[in-house]
Amino acid sequence: MKLEDLKKIREKYEKEMTLRDGKFKIKIIVGMGTSGIAAGARDTLKALLDEIAKRGLKDVLVTQTGERGLSSNEPVITVEEEGKPSIVYGDVSAEVARKIIAEHIVNGNPVSDYILEVKK
Amino acid sequence: MSFYRMHIIIPMDEEAVEHGAIEVKRELSELIEKNNLKDEVKVIETGPVGVVGKGVVMIIYPERLYYYNVKPSDVKEIFEEHIVKGRIVKRIEHDYGEKRAGKIVDYKTVGLTREQKRVVLDRCSIINTLDMEEVIAKGGYSAIEKIISEKIKPEEIIEEVKNSGLRGRGGAGFPTGLKWDFTRRTPGDEKYLICNADEGEPGTYKDRLILEGDPHKLIEAMIIGGYAVGAEKGYIYIRGEYQLSIERTQKAIDDARKFNLLGKNILESGINFDIEIKKGAGAYVCGEETALIESLEGKRGQPRKKPPYPVNKGLWEKPTAVNNVETLANIPAIIINGANWFKNLGAVNSSGTKVFTILGHVEYPGLVEVEMGTPLKDIINIYGGGVKKGKKFKAALIGGAAGVFLSEKLLNVSMDYESLKENKAVLGSGAILVMDEDTSIPEILFSILKFFAHESCGQCSPCRIGTRHLVDLIYKIKNGEGTEKDLDMMLKIVETMKETSFCPLGQSVIMPVKSALTNFKEDFIKILNKKNNEEVLNA
Repeated sequence: MKLEDLKKIREKYEKEMTLRDGKFKIKIIVGMGTSGIAAGARDTLKALLDEIAKRGLKDVLVTQTGERGLSSNEPVITVEEEGKPSIVYGDVSAEVARKIIAEHIVNGNPVSDYILEVKK
Repeated sequence: MSFYRMHIIIPMDEEAVEHGAIEVKRELSELIEKNNLKDEVKVIETGPVGVVGKGVVMIIYPERLYYYNVKPSDVKEIFEEHIVKGRIVKRIEHDYGEKRAGKIVDYKTVGLTREQKRVVLDRCSIINTLDMEEVIAKGGYSAIEKIISEKIKPEEIIEEVKNSGLRGRGGAGFPTGLKWDFTRRTPGDEKYLICNADEGEPGTYKDRLILEGDPHKLIEAMIIGGYAVGAEKGYIYIRGEYQLSIERTQKAIDDARKFNLLGKNILESGINFDIEIKKGAGAYVCGEETALIESLEGKRGQPRKKPPYPVNKGLWEKPTAVNNVETLANIPAIIINGANWFKNLGAVNSSGTKVFTILGHVEYPGLVEVEMGTPLKDIINIYGGGVKKGKKFKAALIGGAAGVFLSEKLLNVSMDYESLKENKAVLGSGAILVMDEDTSIPEILFSILKFFAHESCGQCSPCRIGTRHLVDLIYKIKNGEGTEKDLDMMLKIVETMKETSFCPLGQSVIMPVKSALTNFKEDFIKILNKKNNEEVLNA
């Protein structure tokens, strides 16, 4: 192994470790209650994780929570960002989840069609 | 690489294994597999977390929630409630770490999960020791990378270590940079670097945490040390009872060799260095560097005459630097962040952090890393959670068996080399044994002296005879048959031993004895002639 290889390994695996050092800026919370799961929240979650891995995003964290009483709009996800209002999205299919990552997380433009609530 | 929403850490050490950590991990992995959550949740086995007496610990990220005393039968509930639904299982004892993701909710204001200043233990219980990728991702071998890419010379490394003010963490506190400088300057083409991992001081287990939790840090430091002093061969002398440490460190050495981080021409830089492990055989005296070298050479572990010091004539009579595990574990951070950064940590003449083991009558026994100069009472009250069951503090034995008994008056003392020296105490290995009001100091002293008598190597008479004689005297005193004369005799013996013993084992017996007899004199006076008096009364 050469010096460059060491650097390559470090860059490749650094992102995976973010979860454990608490250094992240955006937190995506997926509602995983019974109705959330029934409406396909598991696929939404998988799509989020996959998209983040594919794009190699750092500082983003995906976590889950229980039911939030918005059953008719499940799957529901919340995007929390430091110093910004939290945004609650509804009817987030796997496809919408990928869109949210691309537009909201990467470019900073919330996907207005799916916003349920903006929490100050 | 893949991205997970949850990392579950299961710290593994002998205590955890005994309480079923392997079963817990197996059970959890099976449930995750069965429920098809493998792409979302990752289970990681790490080295110990530094919490003692809590059985199997499970840490869940990103919440950084600690579950304690997890039994294999609890796993299903944790899985169904916490991992699937995100609800904490309140029935099981749990605790939040202070530095957590997201919003701050109530966390305990005391305990070992409070944020610490971790330089030496920064990766312990965070990474999977056996996973080279995780080690490298978390900054492993980045100091070597810096040295090679910036072409830093051995002399510059020594200068940096000297300027950092790093002192030996094994007990004596000798400046590390100076030791390396002496070794480098001694002429000779064959030199050695030895890591002293024969952690034998009663109540100390800081090195074990590093060996089990992050052996790569030690390996990296030894490569740097070897390069600095001009050694191509290093030895790690590990205490024989540390089975898991030996296994993990050996695995780390093998992995490092595979990645061309050990052996010939490391990372094609021209640096050669390799490490071999030597198991100790259970002798306390082998923690003394020259006895350790004798043992390494295959002889009986007895100290050598000094001078010549090992830096001039060490292993096989060649120049040798002997460093403690914790000392070495500071080196990579010093290389990366520079001497000034390190100097700004800690106290005057005691730079950096120190790993302390807190044990005895405290709520949360375990291990913390804090800056040098942290007051003793903070370590006991904040991290240790104070004296157990709300009892009153009586004494703390600082630095292991060869340490000093401190009374309540010295609770405010700063834990660094200089402040402790002013108070006739030593930092030693960093063990803090807390004793509550019900503790009998004579009883504790009895067990310490028995320990010394057992561990005296017998080479010199003051130590061999003195330790034996002290046991007889303290036995007599604790049984209520002692007199004032016996107390004087004890002091006379330890003073003679200090002057005439061959090595630090005999020389340091004065510390526990004298401090116990001065700081807790009433405890001894109270029981003198007790038996005689009782007999008179009963007659």
